[in-house]
Amino acid sequence: MSRRLLAIRVIVVLTTLLGINYVAWRWLFSVHWAAWWIAVPLVVAETYSLVDSLLFGLTMWRLKERPDPPPAPAGLSVDVFIATYNEPLDLVMRTARAAKALRYPHRTWILDDGDRAELRAMAEAEGIGWITRSAEWAGMPRHAKAGNLNNALLATEGEFLLILDADQVPLPEILDRTLGYFTDDRMALVQTPQWFVNVPDDDPLGSQAPLFYGPIQQGKDGWNAAFFCGSNAVIRREALMQLGVARYVDEVTVGVHRALRTARSVINRARRELGPDEANVARALDQVLYDIGRARRELAAGGAIFDVTYRFQRRVDGIHRELVEADLRAVHEDLAEIAGLDALAGAEPAGLAGLDESALGVLTHRDWSPLGAVDTVRALVAAIDVDRAGEAQPIMPLATISVTEDMATSMRLHGLGWRTAYHDEVLAHGLAPEDLESMLTQRLRWAQGTMQVMFRENPLLQRRLAWTQRLMYFATMWSYLSGFAAVVYIAAPVIYLCLGVLPVTALSVSFFARLVPFLVVNQLLFVVVAAGRPTWRGQQYSLALFPVWIRSVTSAFGNVFLHRDLDFAVTPKERRASTGPRWDLVRPQLAVMALLVGSAVVGLVRVERGDAHLLGTAFNVVWVAFDLAVFSIIIRAARYRGHQPEGLR
Amino acid sequence: MIEYDVSNGEDGISVIAPRGRVTVVTARRLKDLIAELVAGGSARLVIDMSETTFLDSSGLGALIAGLKTARQAGGDLRIARPSEAVQMVLEMTNIDKVLQPRESVTGAFDA
Repeated sequence: MSRRLLAIRVIVVLTTLLGINYVAWRWLFSVHWAAWWIAVPLVVAETYSLVDSLLFGLTMWRLKERPDPPPAPAGLSVDVFIATYNEPLDLVMRTARAAKALRYPHRTWILDDGDRAELRAMAEAEGIGWITRSAEWAGMPRHAKAGNLNNALLATEGEFLLILDADQVPLPEILDRTLGYFTDDRMALVQTPQWFVNVPDDDPLGSQAPLFYGPIQQGKDGWNAAFFCGSNAVIRREALMQLGVARYVDEVTVGVHRALRTARSVINRARRELGPDEANVARALDQVLYDIGRARRELAAGGAIFDVTYRFQRRVDGIHRELVEADLRAVHEDLAEIAGLDALAGAEPAGLAGLDESALGVLTHRDWSPLGAVDTVRALVAAIDVDRAGEAQPIMPLATISVTEDMATSMRLHGLGWRTAYHDEVLAHGLAPEDLESMLTQRLRWAQGTMQVMFRENPLLQRRLAWTQRLMYFATMWSYLSGFAAVVYIAAPVIYLCLGVLPVTALSVSFFARLVPFLVVNQLLFVVVAAGRPTWRGQQYSLALFPVWIRSVTSAFGNVFLHRDLDFAVTPKERRASTGPRWDLVRPQLAVMALLVGSAVVGLVRVERGDAHLLGTAFNVVWVAFDLAVFSIIIRAARYRGHQPEGLR
Repeated sequence: MIEYDVSNGEDGISVIAPRGRVTVVTARRLKDLIAELVAGGSARLVIDMSETTFLDSSGLGALIAGLKTARQAGGDLRIARPSEAVQMVLEMTNIDKVLQPRESVTGAFDA
């Protein structure tokens, strides 16, 4: 074990002990229950932060600083994918040219979800492949970037895929530096950092994620849980396809069982809607019911799903046919009688010969038959279909449950027993959003995607993952819940300074003796882990963007459970026309800052008039000052005008 | 799901306009409606199918049964303004050879 890792582990143990000691004492001995309305939220928020800290400690416990990988074996086939939707053509082409120039032999493809003829012409003129959605996607769910990649997976055949966003310009050695990891047969994915070239050193928008693309990913890597982050990653095609097939079988199995399980009540309801004299339809529905029971028994007896569903559908088709035959027989009889009437009246008899067997064939088709007209039956039969009628392609290797396809995909890969690696070397130069609005949109999108995965495929419930892997995924999700804690942390000092209500029983020696050491070792852990990488900006934004985090949770909850729209937006990569600082985007933060300043003034006046204690007020004013220092970044961000790095553009 | 609008046109002609899907579940009402109108003395009927979005074999059966009822009472049943979906079924089954659709409701009994 390296000395660095040893130091980290010692501090992690200390943080854990001191943290649990403090929070346990808070719950057991120092909650000011009389002021429960602020005391309980505060102690809950503190518990949240403790859990966050413990999960961070667990992540760091096995920090993995990988040595250089083996050299890239010769002769691997590689496809480089550049995913684009609406980015400017010159930006896409700059990335594509760099991709084409990669040293290791490969083929380069632009995956153009915007289906732009101009881009196609530019790409093909330079010998770069161009792929857009195939005809199967018409009228089907598009699944954004995941759909774009899934479409391209079926149109190409390289053993390995380098995935790039349109604004991530790869360095020539990216494949040489990463393909070597795949000499491990179970290695599915190698993620490299996302690093942005258009960001000044002080990074006002907090674009660089030096702690995430570094110690955090290295820590997750130690537990074999390094995430896929959507770009700058190399993936083994076989792993993705296996994932797609496994998911397909799972989803079909679950879908067929669910459909058959609910079928009985569905048919019974349809049957109740029939009039008393519609005996023929009632009889047909009874037959369908019988066949549902038979299909379930066949499945229970181990019948292959495809065989069982095929037989079931054939039998339903037969029932359709009988119904249509009965209807057409009645039509024939009626027409014969009408012809008789016409003959009596001396008119030309109506032609019957036209009504032949072909009509029967047409009407027996599911969509046209009487049973097909009963919506519930039609829906049921479609659900028991195994070709996934509601999707463009049955095999969807990249997860489509979230607006950010990456995290869910790597979680599923880990569930299948694959390994991933985090390679801590910048091998692509990206472009970060250059204005506040784009930045906020991007952060919201990431947070929403993470929350969607938490709600749809909670890692804690994934039985095929090791416990530590589950916790590594959960840790990232947990950190996005910080918006709610932030509100409490802002409210507590404001309430004390303005109203004199203290959420803890006393600001005593025993309080500070427990809190301060915990805070100190916690910060010490950050310092040691970061090893010189800047962390203050990240800490500022994790608090200052609290409205974004809260919205991500509520909107993802609404989307997953209430089927509401997520207001999904593609991150803009272009600089917006500047029209002065966008204060309107950060109104909650500005209000918070005003509130903090105001309450500090009120608190000082109360001390002056003898209405408040000096120690409590001083402590809370320091707290307010810290919050203001954190929130000050918002003002800089709103005034930020972008950055022109040397030698670019 | 479906509505049948009934109105009385000129010259004692009744117009039925099914709005929605004429299916196995709803065809029975169409058949009954026609029978009631014929029994009530209006044996000349126009079925305005401009807003009929779907017609299955039961719906077809109801129309032919209605035709029979009307003819037996000395009247007739004509189909007017079939929607695209209805036209397709009529053509597929060759019923249009028996029950020629008319282009307008008012002119359905002109020829």
